[in-house]
Order: sequence, then C-alpha cells, then structure tokens
Amino acid sequence: MLELVLFYIFAAIAVISAIMVITRHNVVHSAAFLGATLFAVAGIFLTLRAEFLAGVQVIVYVGGILVLFVFVIMLIAVERSVHERQYNRQWTIALVTSAILIAEIVYGLYRGKDSLSLPPVVPPAAAAAAGNSEQVGTALYTSYLLPFEIASILLLVAIVGAVVLSKKKTPAEE
Amino acid sequence: MVTTFHYLLLAAALFTIGIIGVLTRRNIMIILMSIELMMNAVNINLIAFSNRLQQVTGQVFAIFVITVAAAEAAVGLGIVIAMFKNKETMNINEIDLMKW
Repeated sequence: MLELVLFYIFAAIAVISAIMVITRHNVVHSAAFLGATLFAVAGIFLTLRAEFLAGVQVIVYVGGILVLFVFVIMLIAVERSVHERQYNRQWTIALVTSAILIAEIVYGLYRGKDSLSLPPVVPPAAAAAAGNSEQVGTALYTSYLLPFEIASILLLVAIVGAVVLSKKKTPAEE
Repeated sequence: MVTTFHYLLLAAALFTIGIIGVLTRRNIMIILMSIELMMNAVNINLIAFSNRLQQVTGQVFAIFVITVAAAEAAVGLGIVIAMFKNKETMNINEIDLMKW
C-alpha cells in the first residue's frame, strides 16, 4: 500500500515537472523543473530497490549534468530568448504525431500486459545476502568489464570534444 | 500493488513528453533537456525489468545510459556555446548553415 502511494507521488511529480520543463518560457525555470523531475525519478528508483542507481541519479544527473546546463544558461543571454516565439510552426503536427505514438505504446503495453506477469522470480541466496551496490559492482567489474572500459573511453572523448568545441581559437589558428 | 506495467506506463509518458519537447520547442537548451527526459524514461524501463527479473544487468545498463547522457550533455552544451559565439542565438530556426 505504502509502495503504491509512494509510486503515485513520485510519478505525479515526475510527469508534472516534465510537462513544466517543456512549456516554460524562461530556460532557468525549465532547468529547475528538470531538477524536480530527476529527483522524482531517483525516488522511483528507490521504490524499485535500486539504491545505488538512485544515488548515481542524484549525484551524476542533478549534481553534474543539471549544473552543467545551469552554467551554460548563465554564460548565454537568456533575456532575449524569453521574448522570442517559443514554439515551432509545425507544433500541431508534432502533437498529433506524439499522440499517435503514446496511443501505440499504451495499446501495445496493454495488449502485452499478460506477458509481464511472469511467475515470481526467487533471487539466488547469495544475491539476496549481498547489498544492491555490491551486486551492481560485481556485475560491472566482472561480466561487463569491457563495456565499462569502453564507457570510460567514451567519456574521455566527450571531454576532449567539449573542450575543442568551446575553446577560443589561438591567433596562430586563425 | 505496483506492477511492472505501472512503471512502463510512467516511462512511456515521460518519453512522449520528451519527444513533444524536441519536436515543438525552438530553444536549443530545452531541446537538450527533453533528450535528458527521454533517457530517464529509458532508465526507468531498464530498472523496472531489473527489479522484475531480480537481475542486476538492467541496472548496469542504466549506468551506461547515464554515462552516455553525461557525454552527450558535455558535447551538446559545447556545441551550444560554439553556436552562440558565432550566431548569438539559441533559436534553432536561425541555425540553417547546412540546409540547402
């Protein structure tokens, strides 16, 4: 029962804040509502018993990515873009397309609802004894070691790319 | 009783809101934020099934999705800054250098 109440609270916060993100005129307000959505999704992760991912969500998304967004908003002028037209001309077509998409997804999920009700899975005794962080860490450093290393290379390339894209050109390059 | 179905519906709602944001807004910052919303929806799906099947594989993949989101945000915001230095705008309709 408590689980259901928590789920609905977090889901309502996430969906309402997400709608606010895409409808606000001021980018700073959008960023604030994005933060609310990310916190609510972290709460959803907690109801799914993924404590490690909830922590990562708060630290990496809210503490890293969102702060990066706010920094960039600070660097570029906000005032002028508030008074511009906010929506594309094709917004009606976009809304119709999205309505068709959500109808398709919900119909598909509803039709396949029975396939989700698998017999309850009993976790292995060893896994039940270990904490969530321990399980994730073990999987990450044993079965998924190569993807993990590739992800670190991806981050390195992204850092170098971001620096190259946004640095000033030296006189020699011009 | 919260079922996997509930979580999948929530993820579908968040994903569609993200798509509406990408398709209708003109401000490039809000488009990038909408992409983050869509990545979050995918993470909810992955972790819902991780919980349903009692395997941590879904959570490991959610970590990779977060990694890709961080890389995407860094490069995307670098592009925004480079664009703003050249054209002084955040409006995507004014960025048409490669259109013909």
